Amino acid sequence: MEILDIIQPENQVFCKTKLMTDTALSYCPGCGHGTAHNLTMEVIDEMGILEDTIGVAPVGCSVLAYDFMNIDMTQAAHGRAPAVATAIARTWPEKYVFTYQGDGDLAAIGTAETIHACNRGENIVIIFVNNGIYGMTGGQMAPTTLEGMISSTSPYGREIKSMGSPLKITELVANLPGVYYVTRQSVHTHKHARKAKKAIQKAFENTRLKQGLSFIEIVSNCNSGWKMTPNESNIWMEENMFKYFPLGDIKVDGKLKQ
Amino acid sequence: MSELKLMKGNEALAEAAIRAGADAYFGYPITPQSEVIEYLMTEQPEKRTGMVVLQAESEIAAINMVYGAASTGKKVMTSSSSPGISLKLEGISYLAGAELPAVIVNVVRGGPGLGTIQPSQADYFQSVKGGGHGDYKLYVLAPASVQEMSDFVEDAFNIAFKYRAPVLILSDGLIGQMMEKVNLKDQLPRLTNDEIIEKYDSWAVTGRKNRRRNIITSLDLQSEKMEARVHRLMKKYEQMEKEDLRYEKILCDDAEYLIVAYGSSARISQKAVELARKKGIKAGLLRPITLFPYPKQPLFELADQVKGILSVELNAGQMVEDVKLSVEHKVPVEHFGRTGGIIHTPEEVLEALEQKIIKNGNLRYHTTRESSIL
Repeated sequence: MEILDIIQPENQVFCKTKLMTDTALSYCPGCGHGTAHNLTMEVIDEMGILEDTIGVAPVGCSVLAYDFMNIDMTQAAHGRAPAVATAIARTWPEKYVFTYQGDGDLAAIGTAETIHACNRGENIVIIFVNNGIYGMTGGQMAPTTLEGMISSTSPYGREIKSMGSPLKITELVANLPGVYYVTRQSVHTHKHARKAKKAIQKAFENTRLKQGLSFIEIVSNCNSGWKMTPNESNIWMEENMFKYFPLGDIKVDGKLKQ
Repeated sequence: MSELKLMKGNEALAEAAIRAGADAYFGYPITPQSEVIEYLMTEQPEKRTGMVVLQAESEIAAINMVYGAASTGKKVMTSSSSPGISLKLEGISYLAGAELPAVIVNVVRGGPGLGTIQPSQADYFQSVKGGGHGDYKLYVLAPASVQEMSDFVEDAFNIAFKYRAPVLILSDGLIGQMMEKVNLKDQLPRLTNDEIIEKYDSWAVTGRKNRRRNIITSLDLQSEKMEARVHRLMKKYEQMEKEDLRYEKILCDDAEYLIVAYGSSARISQKAVELARKKGIKAGLLRPITLFPYPKQPLFELADQVKGILSVELNAGQMVEDVKLSVEHKVPVEHFGRTGGIIHTPEEVLEALEQKIIKNGNLRYHTTRESSIL
């Protein structure tokens, strides 16, 4: 038997995510964005909703998400993705609309759009990748940068007194009545990625059932911005980020978890 | 059914949006244009035509909602007044860059800053010289009556979709607030989702089906691609200048003196021209209806006929620069205008024409001529 006889679809146990393009990812090696992209595209493919899905890309590391996700997408101004998604969902109520945003986009410049889209309970999915830093612009302090964490605009570490506390925007939006589902996940191990995928699936199901807004935070690493190796950054994330941003469901089926 | 009604400019505009078959309106209250969203919320167009109306959390959110709906090929509009338009400018630049059709309405009030809530035309520069960042222009329509507040909505949507570009209706607090009779157009049907997909499948993001994915973005990190995008935009603007320039000439055939004015200033200046004619002064009015494209050629030609031009604006002197550029120093050009929300009277305009143009302008005109002979 030749090797080419073995490489057949029926023998395949793992393949490239169908709805990802062949464009090489612009993310740094070790970054969690690629996995989060894959999981989102897998869910859309498996649910068979490609024809009815519209994505909204942010400004930030994932500004070029539309280069990698092989779906219809529009790219929003910095922080305004929830407003853009609101209008799409309102004028195409039968579509699946999601935003894919980072922490600077969603929790700093776009705070108003985030809170009000959540408060109106727009029938959309928000995927919020929180790595505690501005990656694209080169490692500046983000609203979610941890206390004492060094960045290029907090070179002596984030000082709470003058720079404020890291913003737990996920807990904040969970308290709004319009928000139906809030969960915090990560994608740095297979186990965590599988759980995150289930959460994304649940979120798109909620859209299908017109339940309102689903909000998924993915706590992720930024090995480049954090000045660590990928592995070091994952360990640091587990030891530090997860302490302040604990993983798990925060609100399910419209009810806050106690 | 078309019908005759007595309406405020802002209300006529809102009603016209419904009748033009708009799919959505997103806005935020600000004086003197709040009647637009108030009228729409009261009228409930969702029940009449299925049109979506939403009060956004800010002007910024509203313009980005416009961006979202426009990305999907929907007919969408927003309105605001000067400080609110300043907030929308980033979004307007994105609309131009991403080549999206949309209608934006500015019912101008006095500025800068929080300024005043009274009428003004001080946003001329902001409207025609960019305003937001980057190389772009807006097609700008300037209504001078409640009737035009109504008529220009459909015109604006047609231009927006012809060029896939944002269009600005530049009104002011006077036109927005005053009541006049208006002949409302017949109701146009909204496009169905299937019709939108069929019509705009080459670019609109409606979900990938039997085609390559569509992407709406204004980002091109490769300089050559970005330059090509800018050139594409410039071609549209050139085409607008060739095909969609609009202006009106009033009593210009035998005019010796010309007033150039748009919007509410044009209404006042038209009266001033009548007063001048009664006094035996051969005055005429050129009213730009589009501020971009600007009636450069008609002005250039009229400059060979008239002895002087007065640009009448409710501001400290903005459009006068374009008048000067158009006439290329052939005749004296002066500006007259009140600011701070004060509206000039026809008598004041006539006096300005006599003092600034007929008296001084003539002198200067002849001096130049004589010196050139010597």
